[in-house]
Amino acid sequence: MNAVRRQSIIAAGLAQVGACGIFLLRILRALPGSLRYLRETVRQVFFVGAMSLTIIMICGLFVGMVLGLQLYHTLSIFGGTAALGTVVALSLYRELGPVVTALLFAGRAGTSITAEIGLMRATDQLDAMEMMAVDPLAYVVAPRFLAGVIAMPLLACVFNALGIFGAHLVGVNWLGLDSGTFWSNMTSSVDVWTDVMNGVWKSAVFGAVCTLIATFQGYTTPPTSEGVAYATTRTVVFSSIATLAIDFVMTAFLM
Amino acid sequence: MAQRQTFQVGTGLFILLGFAALAYLATQTTSLANYRQGPSYDIVARFTNIGQLKLRAPVKVAGVRVGSVAGIALEPDKLDAKVTLSVDDRYDKIPDDSAAAIFTSGLLGDQYVALQPGGSPTNFKNGDEVVLTQSSMQLEELIGKYLVGGDAGKAGDKAKPDAAASGDKKE
Repeated sequence: MNAVRRQSIIAAGLAQVGACGIFLLRILRALPGSLRYLRETVRQVFFVGAMSLTIIMICGLFVGMVLGLQLYHTLSIFGGTAALGTVVALSLYRELGPVVTALLFAGRAGTSITAEIGLMRATDQLDAMEMMAVDPLAYVVAPRFLAGVIAMPLLACVFNALGIFGAHLVGVNWLGLDSGTFWSNMTSSVDVWTDVMNGVWKSAVFGAVCTLIATFQGYTTPPTSEGVAYATTRTVVFSSIATLAIDFVMTAFLM
Repeated sequence: MAQRQTFQVGTGLFILLGFAALAYLATQTTSLANYRQGPSYDIVARFTNIGQLKLRAPVKVAGVRVGSVAGIALEPDKLDAKVTLSVDDRYDKIPDDSAAAIFTSGLLGDQYVALQPGGSPTNFKNGDEVVLTQSSMQLEELIGKYLVGGDAGKAGDKAKPDAAASGDKKE
């Protein structure tokens, strides 16, 4: 009995992943058609990107400050506080920037995408569009997907910049590290392509994954208020898991 | 219509801000910030061992950065390292009998080339060669010397594979 149930859970999980993959292909096929609705894409970039700036900037500042504080104390044990700028920059650009931005993005923008599309599904708006010969994939889903892919790297860059600023604030202005040491060590060991752009590629992939999961959960939600609630929760859970798992795989390949 | 305009302006501002942040990260916090825009001249120095010296490592006079390492190559017949130092044109008063040495910043920091000014009345010009050079200090060699009491040749040979293995950690 137990084995059968476990098997059916695994099968259901696999079916979800498969349906999500097919949904991705359908979005990609609808992308050329969605270029007609460029205004809608611009609007979505505003909603998922510009509206997320506040939370991204505040979190970036505090992540940078806490990194500066923690690493300063750890590095001072080895007399290596001169490396503070390097360590903060590398950990932000390579890991923390893209990953934390993706997690915040899933919570801030992914949930609203799911809830919006889910309610469209529950109130039959998506079916109405199909009746009017408007492809909901091209008009509703693809612009949000594109907006996520565009917005996420930019948000991660803003996050990184604020993080560096926060680390500088704590390390140099508060703890008294030399400003020249902080910057010169950072500039001598951080590389544009292997570090900064590495993080940008990562966050573009995270943007695609997070918005894919959010739109998929909204599009396939059971058309009830409970179903929308569950779909929103699943968006955050699956987005977080997918982000961290893909981060590991991408790091292994990009290193 | 007015609302649509707001969205477009907001989106434009957001994208501008994002790219500004990216440009800031790429040009101010990475090795790109060390590129000198100004013109420079090249001088050549030969070392028997450059240790972990890397491309774009700083060249310093009296601790002040005056240029960077532009090229590292092995001289095929002499089997020594030919290091090209690219020095800013601003610093054109470096006597041509100055000595070049490879030092380490801090105990475990990155390596750099230090130019120790000589007293010659003529200065380095593009393509000149530094005659007096001092190779990088190898920690393993020093330890070997200390342990076996001056038998540096053997210890150096033994230490070399280790140095090569630790040299390829991160570019």
